[in-house]
Amino acid sequence: MNELASVIDWSRAQFALTAIYHWLFVPLTIGLATIVGIMETIYYRTGNERWKALTKFWMTLFGINFAIGVATGIILEFEFGTNWSNYSWFVGDIFGAPLAIEGIFAFFMEATFVAVMFFGWDKVSRGFHLASTWLTALGVTLSALWILVANAWMQNPVGMTFDPGQMRNVMDNFTEVAFNAVAMNKFFHTVFSTWALAGIFVVGVSCWLVRRGSNFAAARSSIRIGAWFGLAGMLLTLATGDGSAVQVARVQPMKLAAMEGLYDGKVGQELVGFGILNTKKQPGDDAAPMLFDISIPYGLSVLANHDPHSFVPGINDLIEGIELTPQGDTIHTTGYAERIAAGRRAQEALRAYGTAKNAGDTAAMNEAAAAVAKDFKYFGYGYFEKPEEAVPPVALTFYAFRVMVGLGTLLLLVLAAMACASAFRPTLLRNKYLQLAGICSLPLVWICSQAGWIVAEVGRQPWTIQDLLPVSAGISNVTAGNVQTTFWMFAIIFTLLLIAEISIMVRFIRRASTTDIETATHL
Amino acid sequence: MNELEILQHYWWFLISVLGAALVFMLFVQGGQSMLCCARNETERQLIVNCLGRKWEITFTTLVVFGGAFFASFPLFYSTSFGGAYWLWMLILVSFVVQAVSYEYRRKRGNVYGTGFYDSLLMFNGLFGCVLLGVAVAMMFFGAEFTIDKGNILDGANPVISRWSATRGLEAIASWRNLLLGATVFFLARTLAALYFVNSISGEEALTRRMRRAATYNGLVFTALFVVFAVVLLSSSGLRLQADGTFAAEPYLYLHNMLSMWGAGVVFVLGVVAVLYGIARTTADSHWHKGIWYCGAGTIAVVTTLLLMAGWGDTAYYPSLLDPQCSLTITNSSSSEFTLRVMSYVSAFIPFVVGYIAYVWRKMNAKPLTPEELAGEPHQY
Repeated sequence: MNELASVIDWSRAQFALTAIYHWLFVPLTIGLATIVGIMETIYYRTGNERWKALTKFWMTLFGINFAIGVATGIILEFEFGTNWSNYSWFVGDIFGAPLAIEGIFAFFMEATFVAVMFFGWDKVSRGFHLASTWLTALGVTLSALWILVANAWMQNPVGMTFDPGQMRNVMDNFTEVAFNAVAMNKFFHTVFSTWALAGIFVVGVSCWLVRRGSNFAAARSSIRIGAWFGLAGMLLTLATGDGSAVQVARVQPMKLAAMEGLYDGKVGQELVGFGILNTKKQPGDDAAPMLFDISIPYGLSVLANHDPHSFVPGINDLIEGIELTPQGDTIHTTGYAERIAAGRRAQEALRAYGTAKNAGDTAAMNEAAAAVAKDFKYFGYGYFEKPEEAVPPVALTFYAFRVMVGLGTLLLLVLAAMACASAFRPTLLRNKYLQLAGICSLPLVWICSQAGWIVAEVGRQPWTIQDLLPVSAGISNVTAGNVQTTFWMFAIIFTLLLIAEISIMVRFIRRASTTDIETATHL
Repeated sequence: MNELEILQHYWWFLISVLGAALVFMLFVQGGQSMLCCARNETERQLIVNCLGRKWEITFTTLVVFGGAFFASFPLFYSTSFGGAYWLWMLILVSFVVQAVSYEYRRKRGNVYGTGFYDSLLMFNGLFGCVLLGVAVAMMFFGAEFTIDKGNILDGANPVISRWSATRGLEAIASWRNLLLGATVFFLARTLAALYFVNSISGEEALTRRMRRAATYNGLVFTALFVVFAVVLLSSSGLRLQADGTFAAEPYLYLHNMLSMWGAGVVFVLGVVAVLYGIARTTADSHWHKGIWYCGAGTIAVVTTLLLMAGWGDTAYYPSLLDPQCSLTITNSSSSEFTLRVMSYVSAFIPFVVGYIAYVWRKMNAKPLTPEELAGEPHQY
């Protein structure tokens, strides 16, 4: 492997490592903040001390998790500069704005009011404290909004034009960037998934407390909130997931094809419910894509177009240029070989623009700028040698999608059972199988959540910005050795901190199981 | 000045104020570096909990500083962060370990023990301040980079901003950069001592020692700051010429201070406020408002220093390898459209500052005492 390829791979690995660790903590922070807000609201309205005790109990777990989420988050923001400096210049004019807005509107809000949440019980009024709790929850949710606006823009770049004079993209429509349809759907899909995750967390921990024979009343109250909140979150995640699939089919059809391991699409395309990929399959060959599969007839056509008789393109179709329009109609557009040629023409024209600029030849500059604009849509393809380089890792995307959907369905059932039990048959919460289901859901919901992000991010490879900038052109001027060193440094630090976090949480919850949560002053 | 230039100057002003606020908030780091000054567990707990209620604001200010730089001057973001790789990575690591240390240090089951987390806090206290000072010093004394945007068309080596092979380590080895790093470190310790005097009561021995610490650290800081000011004002820098090239100008920052006389006045007033805060805290054993004088003075001085680095066609990021690659607020900024949009967003900053101030006042209405700490279920 040459040095450039090594730098690219290690930079991707480091960003993936940081993002994966960050996403271990952030969904719990977002979801649990809202749950704590609900519990404190009940306390505020009823004056029932149990709800105050529960608010403090879950708030403590929130705090343990919040700190490490903040710690891993700072690395992500700065890694755009340290490891993806070309990217930072090429789209910084657009991408930086949501990050700055996130800081101004969201980070300061959560940083300011989280201190009141923890230390303000006796310093401010009950109403002010409740407002602070909700403002913290609002802050973490707004934070998710703006970072997802930024992420969605990378997947569906809109609201910008290319400036050949500066060799970068510049924003020309903030509304399109902020209200990018992909961003809105991604925001709701992600936030609702955090509700589901936090709901499962509350249910799982409460089930463990009940299983230890302690705090039944408090655990039941927690389960009621956690299960209904989580159930609502999971159902809404499913609904917005449907919207995501329709968008991906139009905006990133190659990602959808990889999610399905689909090479040659057809009308009335089935959805693979379970399958084993043929890892030797390559685009354009005659090998079967699946070694084994159980498929749902018409499933993918329904998922992608809400029409069982519609066409869904596969990897080979897309390489040939067969795509869907925003309206879901099948069209024959530019094939990938031609896109590579167009990308190279755009790059060559940009080079000519620079030469003309240096020579002060305005006419040649205008001519070159027009040529760049003509082919800029496929600018990023110019970095590829062959069409197959534009295909994401199929196996990882395919299996991660199945893990996400499979576990999501299972967790939906667990949440529904818990919600019904807590509302209508509380004695069922003493059933050991139901308790075990709740406890076993804990690791599964994190796997499900991580799998979702793997689908989103691995499936959009090799692009940092869809069609415009591949990861190979987004890197920094660092050596592979530099990035390897920091990769392992962060891997060790994050792992040590994760061990500490889990240990503290487990110890705290264990201690709660030997204490009456409702009367304990210190846990 | 056309609209784009006005927006570029406005955003450099905001960046300067944000940077200055960050330097003020580094009192948290300065306080962490003084953990070893605690003589018993009560003192240590008071110090940690007093700082622990503010660490997130420092952290957030750093993150927003980075985000605002990214949004308004992306070429700096891509050049500095991607180039001075090791410098920024060390800064980041020091802040990562800080973020968890407050929350975990006294929690049961924290695996590594309280001493380990306290060591991390001290590590952040020392290296966070010094290295941030080094990073800012490069805005005056230059950095080893070149920029060629045409490189993005070279598929085999597409990076536009390139740095010397040491990737930021050379910046840490520069005595002038370290001078500012040390100055920031002792300023942070001075501010922390003043903050403790203001925000802790009921432990008279600790308060007395913190007054002394403010004096000693203030003296060291003042000496270092004078040296830094002399070095800076006597240094040459790069100024953008009418033909678009950069030329070295002796006493550039002194010239800037004299030509931007308003900023110069604010600079002097800031210095006076800092010295007044330190001196009166030393002389008057009942006065505890030094942090506000020193804090306001710090914000004034740092803001004007950064304005002198960026305004007046000055290269705020001079290239030591190729001066013509240096960065100014005009050649590194975002587009006019983005700056204008961001300016609308910035209208909300006073509101943000307002609620931070309101909450700060509410939470700090009474100084932290050992009695309050004893009854506090959520302690760091």
